[in-house]
Amino acid sequence: MTEAPPVSYKSRPGDLVVARPEGLYCPPGDFYIDPWRPVERAVITHAHSDHARTGHTHYLAHTDSEGTLRTRLGAGIDLQTLGYGEAIEQNGVRISLHPAGHVLGSAQVRLEHGGRVWVASGDYKTDADGTCTPFEPVRCDTFITESTFGLPIYRWPTQAELIVDINAWWQRNADEGRASVLLCYAFGKAQRILHGVDASIGPIVVHGAVEPLNAVYRAAGVALPPTFRVSDPGVDAQMLKRALVLAPPSAQGTPWMRRFGNYVDAFASGWMQLRGTRRRRGVDRGFVMSDHADWPGLQKAIAGTGAERIFVTHGSVAILVRWLNENGLEAQGFKTEYGDDDVADRAMPTDEATGARKAGASDGAAAGLPADASDAVDATDAATGTTP
Amino acid sequence: MKAFAALYRELDATTSNLAKQSALRAYLRAAAPADAAWAVYFLAGGKPRQLVPTKLLRAMAQEAAGLPEWLFDESYDAVGDLAETLALLLPPPTEGHELGLAVWVERHLLPLRALGKSAPETLPDVLRAQWRQLAADERLVYFKLMTGSFRVGVSRLQVTQALAAVGEVDAKRVAQRLMGYTHIAGQPTPADYAALIAPESDGELDRKTSGQPYPFFLAHPFALPLEQFDAVLGSPADWIIEWKWDGIRAQIVRRAGAVSVWSRGEELVTDRFPELAAMGQALPDGTVIDGEIVVWRGDAPVADPVPGAAIGALDEASADFNEDMKEGIGEGRVQPFAELQRRLGRKTLGAKLLREIPVVLLGYDLLEWEGRDLRATPQRERRALLDRLILDLRHPQLLESPMLTGATWVDLARQREAARSMGVEGMMLKQRDAHYGVGRTKDVGTWWKWKIDPLSIDAVLIYAQRGHGRRASLYSDYTFAVWDGPPGSAERRLVPFAKAYSGLTDAEMGRVDAVVRKTTIESFGPVRSVKPTLVFELGFEGIARSTRHKSGIAVRFPRMLRWREDKPVEEADSLETLAALLPAVP
Repeated sequence: MTEAPPVSYKSRPGDLVVARPEGLYCPPGDFYIDPWRPVERAVITHAHSDHARTGHTHYLAHTDSEGTLRTRLGAGIDLQTLGYGEAIEQNGVRISLHPAGHVLGSAQVRLEHGGRVWVASGDYKTDADGTCTPFEPVRCDTFITESTFGLPIYRWPTQAELIVDINAWWQRNADEGRASVLLCYAFGKAQRILHGVDASIGPIVVHGAVEPLNAVYRAAGVALPPTFRVSDPGVDAQMLKRALVLAPPSAQGTPWMRRFGNYVDAFASGWMQLRGTRRRRGVDRGFVMSDHADWPGLQKAIAGTGAERIFVTHGSVAILVRWLNENGLEAQGFKTEYGDDDVADRAMPTDEATGARKAGASDGAAAGLPADASDAVDATDAATGTTP
Repeated sequence: MKAFAALYRELDATTSNLAKQSALRAYLRAAAPADAAWAVYFLAGGKPRQLVPTKLLRAMAQEAAGLPEWLFDESYDAVGDLAETLALLLPPPTEGHELGLAVWVERHLLPLRALGKSAPETLPDVLRAQWRQLAADERLVYFKLMTGSFRVGVSRLQVTQALAAVGEVDAKRVAQRLMGYTHIAGQPTPADYAALIAPESDGELDRKTSGQPYPFFLAHPFALPLEQFDAVLGSPADWIIEWKWDGIRAQIVRRAGAVSVWSRGEELVTDRFPELAAMGQALPDGTVIDGEIVVWRGDAPVADPVPGAAIGALDEASADFNEDMKEGIGEGRVQPFAELQRRLGRKTLGAKLLREIPVVLLGYDLLEWEGRDLRATPQRERRALLDRLILDLRHPQLLESPMLTGATWVDLARQREAARSMGVEGMMLKQRDAHYGVGRTKDVGTWWKWKIDPLSIDAVLIYAQRGHGRRASLYSDYTFAVWDGPPGSAERRLVPFAKAYSGLTDAEMGRVDAVVRKTTIESFGPVRSVKPTLVFELGFEGIARSTRHKSGIAVRFPRMLRWREDKPVEEADSLETLAALLPAVP
């Protein structure tokens, strides 16, 4: 991904959000949004680990995030929840949460104070996927947007096209009697896939990191097909031959995978849009699937807010800032510490085990030339991602 | 076109050779011969001449996508491949088509070249009309064909194997038939394709006329401590000992008036080495020589032998050759492998290139003589016949790989110390009585390779650049520096001396990439300067003074041997340590 050097940032008196070492801070309200260091009051946009961190005194989040937040950060955290559109006041700042379409419970944070309205997007995705409330544009003066996929090369297939591809892949593998292992984040993507796929193709088995989140989604009323754990009775080699297996990326190359025999693997991520990343990842198949907005999605979301001033966070900050400025908006970058999960998603490998497994036998055949050593090892990854 | 795009996607998606083979075969079996003819042409490395200037494609894609140039460039940077960038940035198609690959290539793509000359002003509209019809994956293939960088992780050898399977023909036979198939501006027809997979003719089947090589006999690494040599190998007198050349292993096959040059991968490389093909023409029919292709400059060492002279004359020549070689590669003789690579990298071999980078075959074995298979003849006898042949032929492109002698292994180990300055990889040890086996067999005698260790130095990473293709977006190409003063000296600086991009596992590279991003000082396009925090042990095969490098030193084949996470940057090596590795001869 293209990353530009940090963009200098200037705040103005009266700004509702400023960058501080602890995180994005609202001076009149005296609270933070998704801070990365422990603070007194934190508004949490969603429960992915780079946004919801431990150690804050008071938490405010959407009702649907409660389950995941308490599981991850401790049942005893001091957490207040709001529904979408519901508002509270904090030191005269009116705070309300609005659907971000990223994962279950994800919210944009709307701040209103002294006649000005700011919206912090957290992470968002503009297309509906059926597992969380779809993104809604919120009118504001200033919009703080993410930029994970802030390049025009990123355009996602529709959810329907994606599901057709996944079904076809699963069906073909099942017909060949091979398990289909689909690596995806345990929180959000796994449930999107479950919600969409055709469960009549075969049984669905999930990794231990995925099932607790399925429970959270089911409790929130999201329809998911029945899922098995590998330890469940009836799960045997025969059954696994037709199975779709959902596992977090960290499972790639671990002994846990051995039970699936001669499986076919795939990885679901927006980064799979690029051949280079797909090949580095070293899986048989890449599905282009993200819970972030693609380039058109970012443009549509930004335009939909009507904001004239834009702050850009994590991702292609410099690029999006320049693009927006060239298109008549006043844009600046905010330096944040979000996006670790997405960076890891880019196939930054930390596990060599499967490299050996899938080592392509490129023995430098051409005219007996020495092979580039690194070509022999395929990329794998043990990024733990956002698994709670 | 759709089927070919699907094939491309399938080939691209998999890392498994088996899966690639099965995809290739399935495509070839299902495709119309006209389409298969073109598919083989492109997959085996054929390229049309430039159809549309790249600059025009870029400009039009920017316009179609409504992007400023800088954003196009940023996108290209992230993707690392022009064809893919173009395919990703164009707006979605609005029409469809059902045309096959051959129709697209012959009626739409190839005519663009002429159109660009006769009516360039019409080119943009024609291109836009084509784009409107092509789905995203077809566009990728389409631009790949246009930009002439059709790489999809399939080697010519794999294509050869797939054709062999589809036609049920020997793969080496297919390789021979593929000769000339992929020449630039080729126009393969259904008949050409049919000929590739046709059953073998009688002429092809008869060894006398077949042009096929013998399976190569391969060496095993030998890495025992010197004191065990006598116990394991016996006396050096039982061995034929030669330098291990750093070139391309090859067989020259001369039969029925034709010459084939085969590389070790059983790849036919005759057209890459026309001077060796010419030399082959000077051999009598029924001759197969095994040897090493190397770049050679200077006079042949066998300057003026008497035709028909005793074999002893050649031994003297051998000694002269060895002396000459030891004087250093800078003065002529065998040139570094990098020179050979320069030549391999070229698409066309012009007269100038052939003059600048001339090759010879250093012959070391004779596998067939007067039509007779010599492989079951002892090594020493084959060698004696080869020496006689070389002496009689006196061809400037056929030299002997000289034999080395030593009373003891200790003596030979001493001689081996010259290997580095000669640019060779070590020594080859061949049992005098060995037959010529098949592959890595040891049952009829053994060949050992006794290689030297690489030079190494601990250096500091100071610049990182994003890679291409599979490594696009990843900081994978690094510049390394050493200190210009000893530890503790005030104001010492890091001086760059080598670039390296291989040797790390993908896992390590991923971690280095993360550090690069966190420790960036400045970005210049795709390059970042970083705070010096990373130390690597760099290995290299040779070292020489150089006026082109700031450090005054150039190293050969630098690569990362390991990441010295245990070593602080202050303890990395200095220019002085590096210079100490320079050969004594200036």
